[in-house]
Amino acid sequence: MPLIEYRGIGKRFPGVVALDGVSFAVEPGEVRALIGENGAGKSTLLKILSGQYRPDDGDLLVDGFPERFASPRDSQDAGIAIIHQELQLAPDLSVAENLMLGALPARGGLVDRRTLRTRAAGVLERLGESIDPETRLGDLSIGQRQMVEIGRALLRDARIIAFDEPTSSLSARETVRLLQIIRDLRAHGRAILYVSHRMEEVFALADSATVLRDGRHVLDAAPVGPADEARLVSAMAGRTVSDIYGYRSRPTGEVRIAVEQLAGPGLRQPVSLTVRRGEIVGLFGLVGAGRSELFRLIYGASTPTAGAVRVDGEALAPGDPRAAIAAGIALCPEDRKDHGILPLASVRENIALAWRNLRARGALLQRDAEASAAREQIDRMRVKTPTAEAAISTLSGGNQQKAIIARWLLAGADILLLDEPTRGIDVGARSEIYGHLYRFAEAGGTVLFASSDLPEVMGVADRIVVMREGTMSGVVDRADATADGLLRMALSDQSSLTSRDLAIA
Amino acid sequence: MSLDRLMRRAGPLLILIILLAALSLFVPDFLGSRNLRGLALSVTLVGTIATTMMLVLAMREVDLSVGSIVALSGVLTAVVIASTGSVTLGIVAGLVGGALVGAFNGAVVAWLKVNSLIVTLATMEIVRGLAFLVSGGESVAIPAEGFYRLGTDSFLGLNYPIWAMIGCFIVFGFVLNRTVFGRNVLAIGGNPEAARLAGVPITRVRIAVFALQGLVAGLAGIILAARITSGQPNTSIGLELAVISACVLGGVSLSGGVGTIGGVIVGVLIMGAAQNALNLLNVPTFYQYVVRGGILLVAVVLDRLRQTGSLPRLPSFRGAAPRNPDESDARHA
Repeated sequence: MPLIEYRGIGKRFPGVVALDGVSFAVEPGEVRALIGENGAGKSTLLKILSGQYRPDDGDLLVDGFPERFASPRDSQDAGIAIIHQELQLAPDLSVAENLMLGALPARGGLVDRRTLRTRAAGVLERLGESIDPETRLGDLSIGQRQMVEIGRALLRDARIIAFDEPTSSLSARETVRLLQIIRDLRAHGRAILYVSHRMEEVFALADSATVLRDGRHVLDAAPVGPADEARLVSAMAGRTVSDIYGYRSRPTGEVRIAVEQLAGPGLRQPVSLTVRRGEIVGLFGLVGAGRSELFRLIYGASTPTAGAVRVDGEALAPGDPRAAIAAGIALCPEDRKDHGILPLASVRENIALAWRNLRARGALLQRDAEASAAREQIDRMRVKTPTAEAAISTLSGGNQQKAIIARWLLAGADILLLDEPTRGIDVGARSEIYGHLYRFAEAGGTVLFASSDLPEVMGVADRIVVMREGTMSGVVDRADATADGLLRMALSDQSSLTSRDLAIA
Repeated sequence: MSLDRLMRRAGPLLILIILLAALSLFVPDFLGSRNLRGLALSVTLVGTIATTMMLVLAMREVDLSVGSIVALSGVLTAVVIASTGSVTLGIVAGLVGGALVGAFNGAVVAWLKVNSLIVTLATMEIVRGLAFLVSGGESVAIPAEGFYRLGTDSFLGLNYPIWAMIGCFIVFGFVLNRTVFGRNVLAIGGNPEAARLAGVPITRVRIAVFALQGLVAGLAGIILAARITSGQPNTSIGLELAVISACVLGGVSLSGGVGTIGGVIVGVLIMGAAQNALNLLNVPTFYQYVVRGGILLVAVVLDRLRQTGSLPRLPSFRGAAPRNPDESDARHA
């Protein structure tokens, strides 16, 4: 009997059908991948599982019995755990306290420290983590925090565990570890729901896959393997996507931006690099390699301790984003939600923000000029939005990213720094974003993008700069780049991880 | 404008209309022109200052020092007029004093990156102390009949204080909606880091908003001094709460990024109508405290509900749509 079964689940919000007649079941000892583009309804399905939403139609069956969760607590009591993409832990409490948050072992109303410690140590050992249970949670890496969250599920003896994009902030090695742990959970008869954009992980891990599109469930596949990729992707997109990178070569001009011996927070050694007009340079490195930090230093979002950034030979005032912007540099940050968008504002406001501060004349808003310029950018970038006045937070991540790029195109930026520009973005939108980058470079623009996605870096960049632990560890031309070579430069010397391990083939 | 949007925008207005209807039914003389003019006059202090408090709150900051600034600028004006005999000099002193306190608040918040709640809590005490020091702890009589006319004379049947308030509504409504500065205020309130990275001069904007708040509180202090014909160091204690209540009632979000002048006007009128009714009904002062606190609590709860989406969003950022119910999908994207 399946441990968990969705039977004809429907969920509507005002103006939106989020889910429509979704049915599938997960057996004990099965890893079921849940895939689909953004807005396909994956998160809504998980929220129904976690008790945050109640379905409008259909039933959720646990152990064959229909359940109606009134709260997340009910869901937990039924043996369900959700490992969220944005982890829900208390950063100032210890690892042990976080592991047992909400169910601290107590004696006479006082926390039983000894039991807390031993149980925490036990579960950490089971996860193969050498973390001291007394460590403050906030001092752990994202990957370690995720292990703590999984540890919570183990301690509660959850039988149904759902992972929501668990690897999006993990390094390659942490990803490998996580997948091992999930395989171990499967071997112990747990039912696993695995939501991910990364097809390699799906093929490496999942026994079966359910594809959602626009709230409908369009395909079930079991077993799944790399041979199914085209079929799954076209089911997700509703169209066939062949080469998502679509690389086009182009001539490059003189050096546009030169980073000279730049040092500062997050960098262990000074970094120097140059990028030419019309060139797209990929900055490859694993999490913690210092890519975002380098971008922030170039842009002046944080203040360098030494070195200089020159645009066309002119040194920029250090630590001043407005100076960088005036020189034509734009930063599209990795964390769109916290550093990119104005969530309450309209798409138009978001697009016009930099332009009106840097290019518009006078203190008065030029509303007509702004509105028509924003609409032009929306058309050009193909931002999918009902109107220019819709709140940007209602758009999918891919469209938010396009709007932020549009913000800088409108402001006349010609040097783009893009930090993980396609993280968490579906295949169709990624392909479009690459197309925009090529067009931007063909028009003489300069692109520097950071990514931890090896195929993306190799697929899009003319030249690849590799970073490792706050230092620059190599520069490779497109023609000379190999996956193994790049990975070796990105990993610390003693490591023997290869691209095969990363892809978990 | 769709019906849905109209409903969302008109939320506080609806409350005001219902309140006015109820008051005109149950409170004798409420709709009399004398009472209505008195009502308008009674909200001028709160209403004038609420226009800039709107900017402060929309920027995700708060200013608790406005009540003390009102006292200080009134006392400054009174002392300068008393010692120089010049009304002009007195008014300039009151305005400059208020603006300087505001600029100081802004500088500490923007440069030293200290929470504005704490900074203005400190300056609230400091400035109140300064008001007592400047006045010698007593009320300062203003020996200039001409100055009183600022508080009593009228134009087109409305007193000057009412015109001053209307002027502030127009000016700051325009600033918020039609200037780059105003949109930058909302951008900073909506997401400070994103605004900074997009090239918004956040330090300059923050200091300017607090300085404007000080200037307008100074103006309100001068007008109040004219109405009470003296500078009172102990006036307007607790005024900041009434001002913040009015703004929040009018849909200005305490978490920043949202605010409209129309909402603020309605919020001010709700506060004024409620106070006026309490007076007409002869509700004892002690109960009035309870009611005023209750109104603030309701306003904050409404703000919270609007944010969590359990209530329709009230007057909001231009063009803001309701939150996408499946936002988490979009956010992960």
